[in-house]
Amino acid sequence: METKSIMIVGVGGQGSLLASKILGNVFLSQGYDVKVSEVHGMSQRGGSVVTYVKYGEEVNSPVICKGEADIIVSFELLEAARWMSYLKKNGHLITSTQTLDPMPVITGAAVYPENIIEKISASGIDVTAADALAIAEEAGNVKASNVVLMGLMSSKMQIAEEVWIEAIKACVPEKFLELNLKAFSLGRNM
Amino acid sequence: MKKLMLGNEAFARGLYEGGCRFISSYPGTPSTEVTEYGAKYEEMYAEWAPNEKVAMEAAIGASIAGARSFCGMKHVGLNVAADPLYTAAYTGVNGGLVIAVADDPGMHSSQNEQDSRHHAIASKVMMVEPSDSDECRRFVKESFELSEQFDTPVIVRLSTRVSHSQSIVETEERKGDEVKVYEKNPRKYVMMPAFARDRHVFVEERMVKLREFAETSSLNKIEINNGKIGIITSGIAYQYAKEVFGGSVSYLKLGIVNPLPVKLIKDFAEKFDTVYVIEELDDIIETHCRKIGVDVKGKEIFGFTGELSQAIIAEKILGKKTEFTDFEEQVPGRPPVMCAGCPHRGIFYVLSKNKITVSGDIGCYTLGAAAPLNSMDLTVCMGASVSALHGINKIMGQEGERRSVAVIGDSTFIHSGITGLINIAYNASDSTVIILDNSITGMTGHQQNPTTGFNLKGDPASKVSLEELCHAVGIERVRVVDPYNMKETEEAVLEELSVKAPSVIISRRPCALLKYVKHKPALSVNTDKCKSCKMCLKIGCPAISFRNKKAEIEKTQCVGCGICREMCRFDAIEA
Repeated sequence: METKSIMIVGVGGQGSLLASKILGNVFLSQGYDVKVSEVHGMSQRGGSVVTYVKYGEEVNSPVICKGEADIIVSFELLEAARWMSYLKKNGHLITSTQTLDPMPVITGAAVYPENIIEKISASGIDVTAADALAIAEEAGNVKASNVVLMGLMSSKMQIAEEVWIEAIKACVPEKFLELNLKAFSLGRNM
Repeated sequence: MKKLMLGNEAFARGLYEGGCRFISSYPGTPSTEVTEYGAKYEEMYAEWAPNEKVAMEAAIGASIAGARSFCGMKHVGLNVAADPLYTAAYTGVNGGLVIAVADDPGMHSSQNEQDSRHHAIASKVMMVEPSDSDECRRFVKESFELSEQFDTPVIVRLSTRVSHSQSIVETEERKGDEVKVYEKNPRKYVMMPAFARDRHVFVEERMVKLREFAETSSLNKIEINNGKIGIITSGIAYQYAKEVFGGSVSYLKLGIVNPLPVKLIKDFAEKFDTVYVIEELDDIIETHCRKIGVDVKGKEIFGFTGELSQAIIAEKILGKKTEFTDFEEQVPGRPPVMCAGCPHRGIFYVLSKNKITVSGDIGCYTLGAAAPLNSMDLTVCMGASVSALHGINKIMGQEGERRSVAVIGDSTFIHSGITGLINIAYNASDSTVIILDNSITGMTGHQQNPTTGFNLKGDPASKVSLEELCHAVGIERVRVVDPYNMKETEEAVLEELSVKAPSVIISRRPCALLKYVKHKPALSVNTDKCKSCKMCLKIGCPAISFRNKKAEIEKTQCVGCGICREMCRFDAIEA
């Protein structure tokens, strides 16, 4: 099997570490070789953050370069635009419709682009957009929007739902489990 | 048991399995988690030291006392610890001594891109370099054995992608944790000239033995495949090369990067028409190859800066580019920023507003250099803010003393700012130093330090009083301000700048991300009162944006710190 590459992109503090932990567990339990590469330190402070998840028979490089990702999951619209060049031809982009202004936009040095989803779509990329914040709120807490997106992503992959649920159980503390399972289910059944 | 582990977590596992008993480190991205994971094993004593030099000296002591010992740091930390390292190379060890140094190619979280292999070469100690998590674990265990076998400290070189990538690890049992007997041996451990001369001879003999070992060690691995191309590489660069070429070329993967073998490289290279050296940062392997008469291609293709990747290697060697589609417009950047509620924000606004020259330092507050605060004039290394300000003021005189300050965090001040402050007092410059005391080591992810009152394990510990410490070194004017109160902060800064005496302002307020910090409810903008003057945008808070010609506060981010309320002249920001 050829190595598959998934990127999780967003803004520092949006919960990409939990999402990548769940993914890592899913692929490990399926007997794949797995590498997950994260960003720590300065770039986490409200900056653009990216996590690479790769799985297959043998994974070498832990990073993903432009034109290599099978799936990109984005927690924020501008980040979807920023990282879309990392998608393969025929790759999928799954994005939350949440927007967070970066500092150059706040200071007026730059403008937040309009109609991002339409523009990405027009360039021939398969995009699925969801109001993950609203769905997470429905599940009980806006902070679970990361797991909503994991649910949505899982619906595009050939891995049984139980496998995902087991991985969530392994990664989430008991008291947040119900919330996260509900968020996952709402995302998966959109 | 198979488990996904961060390289740093696997490194800690290697310390545990390798019988380590003593850990002393100073945090630094990307090395920090080695020590944090290490502290979770009860069998290993673990501590944060005030700086890397202290950490390494403590580990040297523990090794001489007979225990397998460890200290970890980032690449620039090894500069601080270089002094003990270069002489520990002479004393050698009793219990094995392993040092982690994590390089940061691409400078994800660092002020320079130095290649730590130079330190191993210059200090004449062994250095090994793993390329994934399981190698981290295995190489660390092996390093303790080699340290004792060859009587040398062993440095394990990490890099950001090895430290911060998770891959599969197979764990094993712990062994080798007996404490060796300490025997007094001044000729080995007292490095005064007469004894050190003998030890230098020993060091040179050891280098010969280590090189012989490197010729046959299983840490250096050859993979012969078809084809006329050979690749010599090490660490993460091996993984990138393997991703590009798979089984179409042959590899010499060097697990030992100092000393480098001679015969092994010559024998490998002579089998191929073309040999590439693929290494990040400097041309250490390449230069060695040239020196021993092996013709290779390397830096003329790859250059010296930044990280490598499979894409770079594929393009430079194969001329292959992967196709991709960019977003049709320019995407605004999203640089890291001070968090909403960050206690550093208020003080930087005050400094920026009054156009004060700021000698900066290393930590979250280095972000004060970014727009819109733009409030920093220089940043060099840890502690340099204080010492450099003294130099500035000695040259500029009152012109400097009335217009410039140093800013330095609590942990960084203890690390190496205090010596600069002693210099200010001793050599009398009327400098003003602002200690940004947010009660934690922030940027590296919340580590305790000697000013927080807790140790690495989270237990209560002795707490340095910054006020008393500053007084004790000879600074009479020491005052504390709350940076959430910008008016009080501004008055304090302007007064201390005007006074003809050295002074310290402690800007004290815990990091807004600390779990124990209670936040006020989010603030909101009364759009009827908002006059769209954009004053609130000048503080660079990520929770405030400007939409539909009015300021808007994002509720999920705002922690109610109130700095923006102090900015608003129209009382438009409400609780």
